[in-house]
Amino acid sequence: MSSWTAFQAIVAKDMKTYYLKPPNISWGLIFPFAWMLMFYLRSQTPLDIRELLPGVMAMSILFGTTSMLAVTITFERRSRSFERLLLAPLELSLLMLAKTGGAILFGILNAFVPVLVAAFLVDLSGVSWPAVIGSIFLIAATSTFLGLFISVAVHEVFEAQTFSNFFRFPMLFLCGLFIPIGNLPVYLRPLSYILPLTYGADILKTAINKEGALPPWISFSVLFFFSGVSFFSTYGISNANGCFE
Amino acid sequence: MELLKADNLVKRFDEVTAVDGVSFSVHRGEIFGFLGPNGAGKTTTINLLTGLARLTSGSVFLEGEEYSAQPKRAQGVMGVVPDESNLYEELDGIENLTFCAALYGMERRRREQRAKGLLEQFGLSETGKRPFRTYSKGMKRKLTIAAGIIHQPKILFLDEPTTGIDVASARQIRSLIVELNRGGTTVFLTTHYIEEAERLCHRIAFIVGGRLVRIGSLEELMKEHQQETVLELAVEMAGSEAAHVLQRRFPRYAVHRSDERHMRVVSADPIDLLPLLGALSEIGASVTEAKLIRPTLEEVFVRVTGIESSLMRQEREGKKK
Repeated sequence: MSSWTAFQAIVAKDMKTYYLKPPNISWGLIFPFAWMLMFYLRSQTPLDIRELLPGVMAMSILFGTTSMLAVTITFERRSRSFERLLLAPLELSLLMLAKTGGAILFGILNAFVPVLVAAFLVDLSGVSWPAVIGSIFLIAATSTFLGLFISVAVHEVFEAQTFSNFFRFPMLFLCGLFIPIGNLPVYLRPLSYILPLTYGADILKTAINKEGALPPWISFSVLFFFSGVSFFSTYGISNANGCFE
Repeated sequence: MELLKADNLVKRFDEVTAVDGVSFSVHRGEIFGFLGPNGAGKTTTINLLTGLARLTSGSVFLEGEEYSAQPKRAQGVMGVVPDESNLYEELDGIENLTFCAALYGMERRRREQRAKGLLEQFGLSETGKRPFRTYSKGMKRKLTIAAGIIHQPKILFLDEPTTGIDVASARQIRSLIVELNRGGTTVFLTTHYIEEAERLCHRIAFIVGGRLVRIGSLEELMKEHQQETVLELAVEMAGSEAAHVLQRRFPRYAVHRSDERHMRVVSADPIDLLPLLGALSEIGASVTEAKLIRPTLEEVFVRVTGIESSLMRQEREGKKK
């Protein structure tokens, strides 16, 4: 019960202090619009919003969660306010879950911004919402745990940003959102299948446009596996090496 | 009696040994001072005791139970105030305190009551709704102390609590420390202000280069280094003659005239005051004040550590800047 109080307090504090700030909210709004516009200008054809939706949602989550968590934890470690959390009688695993909880929520909110906008412009009937919600949650979780891993690996805020991009951009172009995996060079294709975003985006494609290449149950299983492995390996590394000392 | 025990603590960072075989006990209800220059290992020792850093070797015990491997077991009854305020700049005073209370699992109503009570106690009621970033250094330090005791810890670790703040705030903080201690909180205080340790602490440990070089109560430390008894007398109508008279009558003492009104009687043994007063009375001189001159903690520190107190002063001035 007392751990739950602390968990809630950390999530609420992070949402208030970092995530629900005007610059971050505007990032969630501007980013999807900018991408939609870019694709519209590039294609020179009538904009098929429903076709773009899975990609924009996946990107919103990926960009919102990875850098935000990595930056906030690195910032708190630099300002030493993170020590306050480490000094509380909370297990490291619960503390890590609480810190990622805020980022996951932020990622989910970010993903629904383009959905809300699209709902006003196109007919979204026939979308499998349970699959959409499930994949949004799992993309947010895997991206956030990647951010957590980055925060353990770096010491400076700028390093967190740079390191995030090092993962994010290759992911974006290899996950099949913009270039179908089948069109990638053969030697790059295996890389696509070790990226969690590939599976999240495929579920979204199936749920929204019925265009996915993999059965959803495989993608969900792989995403669960990625979430578990990334969280527990980051926990293991920080616990064994005292990364937060 | 013994609340906290550190047994042979060692902390190495690669090739550097920051804490080297430090052992001591902190008694329940006391203010225990950890005195040493910058880089002596004071903060690292606090980090080891509070679970913020891992021990290379050694053990720590709270109320007789070892918690070296599982510091989370002890952290619930520890309060920590670091040398720099580390609360959240975006949150206001009340939010910071209630957040810290929530970390210890306090339920909402209790944490709000406690936060308001502490803001009042620390003279911060009027600024409770202001963001922490707008606080002055002294106010920040006070709120950080309040955050450290929000969950009513058994032991409070204060790392250089008055360094870098104005004189008035430093005085207030010292009073608050005494008040907290009178209320039953055991205090572990690190400082490089010798006068602060002398004024506040019941027992003091000197740490230099990661090693504990001396530990004891103020009296014990002074006694150990008091090689002679020095009695200062303030004498009315004495003239230069009084000192000569005393020297003649009491050859076992060395009598020096310090100024027009004061003289010092120095002896390797305890000094018997009454015969001295009698002798002065016989020549028509009256004694208005008599006091034993003890070595200061500063003198003891210099003798034990070999570190000049001026160096400590320079360091703290440097830290202020």
